[in-house]
Amino acid sequence: MKTESRLEKMLNSGHFAVTGELGPPRSAYLETLKQHADAMRNHVESYNITDNQTAIVRTSSIGVAAVLMQMGLEPNVQMTVRDRNRICLQSDLLGAVSIGARNFLCLQGDHAKFGNEPQSKNVNDLDSMQLIRALKNIRDEGVFVSGEKIEHPLPRIFIGAVANPFADPFEYRHLRLAKKVAAGAQFIQTQCIFDMDRFEKWMEKVRELGLHKKVHIMGGVTPIKSIGAARYMQKNVAGMIVPDELIDRLRGADNKQKEGLNIAVETIQRLKEIEGVAGVHIMAIAWEEVVPEIVERAGLYPRPEID
Amino acid sequence: MIVAERKPLAEIAEMLKPFRKICILGCGTCVTVCLAGGEKEAEETAAALSLLRQNEGLETEISTGTILRQCEYEYIDDYAKNGFDCDAILSLACGVGVQTMVARLPDKIILPGLNTKFMGYPLEQGVWTENCLGCGDCVLDLTMGICPITRCSKSMLNGPCGGSQNGKCEVDKDVDCAWHLIYERLSKLGLADRMDVIQPPKDWSTSHHGGPRTIVREDVRLEDGE
Ligand code: SF4
Ligand code: SF4
Repeated sequence: MKTESRLEKMLNSGHFAVTGELGPPRSAYLETLKQHADAMRNHVESYNITDNQTAIVRTSSIGVAAVLMQMGLEPNVQMTVRDRNRICLQSDLLGAVSIGARNFLCLQGDHAKFGNEPQSKNVNDLDSMQLIRALKNIRDEGVFVSGEKIEHPLPRIFIGAVANPFADPFEYRHLRLAKKVAAGAQFIQTQCIFDMDRFEKWMEKVRELGLHKKVHIMGGVTPIKSIGAARYMQKNVAGMIVPDELIDRLRGADNKQKEGLNIAVETIQRLKEIEGVAGVHIMAIAWEEVVPEIVERAGLYPRPEID
Repeated sequence: MIVAERKPLAEIAEMLKPFRKICILGCGTCVTVCLAGGEKEAEETAAALSLLRQNEGLETEISTGTILRQCEYEYIDDYAKNGFDCDAILSLACGVGVQTMVARLPDKIILPGLNTKFMGYPLEQGVWTENCLGCGDCVLDLTMGICPITRCSKSMLNGPCGGSQNGKCEVDKDVDCAWHLIYERLSKLGLADRMDVIQPPKDWSTSHHGGPRTIVREDVRLEDGE
């Protein structure tokens, strides 16, 4: 079936793809987000829209996706299983497809404990693996989780998932990716890469299993704005590794922001050389304006034409 | 066993304020073992409450007692033979016990003295941990005895999530990641490939999501009039 997803076309064509990320605000005021989206419209294929990231109430991912599409931009709708049961997840999928969204990224989601409604109930009816499979079954088999048939076939959707080479147990992480691919994931975005050695070790194991040929793997890159931000990620964000050398490098630099950008650009340049890495996912949350510069300096601009 | 904690004294005092004659009733089974609501705790609570009410100038008459199991009519009936001479009963049983008492003694005011926490076991003296949610469809065979429903903070069936680091759960650095434990256990048993199986969505209808659950076993039921 012919895909309508620009991201899928780009990845299928073998071009090194670039995706961006937008974090919806804690309000329904979207002007700033729209400006950020507009500023990188020529630099990324599509935009991840986070789903109540870190369990904080924000404009919904699908709501923002609709706004993006009105601007002629392509969303990757993030879906966590934290807040919605299988009825709602499947219904939201249909709703999002009906307004034109084609790319979906399945995640477990941070625990509600970390957010601004820590007393809320964590749903977790499905887990992220089961959500991937559910989306695939709806699309390919025409059946919902219950086994009931969908009344009309779903247009082709592009199913994404995340992988974290920096979580433990490390010796299981590539096997977990294999499981996600078996469940139906077609593209993968990784956790932010700061520890390149560990990422390369993981990629080696990924290639041993031949997974890079079955799924498009996009390396996650986040430009670091300050030593404080690096420290915060090192200490407080579960499943992230920020090596001390990186913090030392920032400390040694006169202009921390410039150095942060240099590191991001170098990371992308290294990713481009790694066999099996199909693209880069740039997460510059609260620093969106630097995305065009990063993409340009990494030699990924202009983006290839794709029809 | 069922693990509980006594409610703060202030909360207990507040709910008992309208009553003068109070009976504090411990339960002799789980909550005795977990040191929350046995005979000893009933007496301690009575002493503390008396003092508090005295200071507040409230007229008070407190008695104490213990029922071996407040969750079974047989034991309640046995204890209730002599009647209750009080305006309210503070039950130091778990939520099951309190409700069984209410069902059996509908004309009494029975109030909860404990916060019922979970099903679990003592890890060491003074430390209890939860390990079963009573989901109604046990998967311990898949994980070789480590419950992902209870012990994974996201109740994942296909873990571990991306927050697992150094064997600990993203939610709390003092909590073991259940899926890390499962991975290690399965690996040790030579069953690591079980992790590759995509576990399908769980049937939560057997869990507590559909109203109170009931088990009927015809083989042990009594015939009418038996
Ligand atoms: S799988 Fe269900 S029944 Fe089994 S231990 Fe876990 S919560 Fe209890
Ligand atoms: S870190 Fe482990 S226990 Fe915690 S939510 Fe993730 S998989 Fe579950």
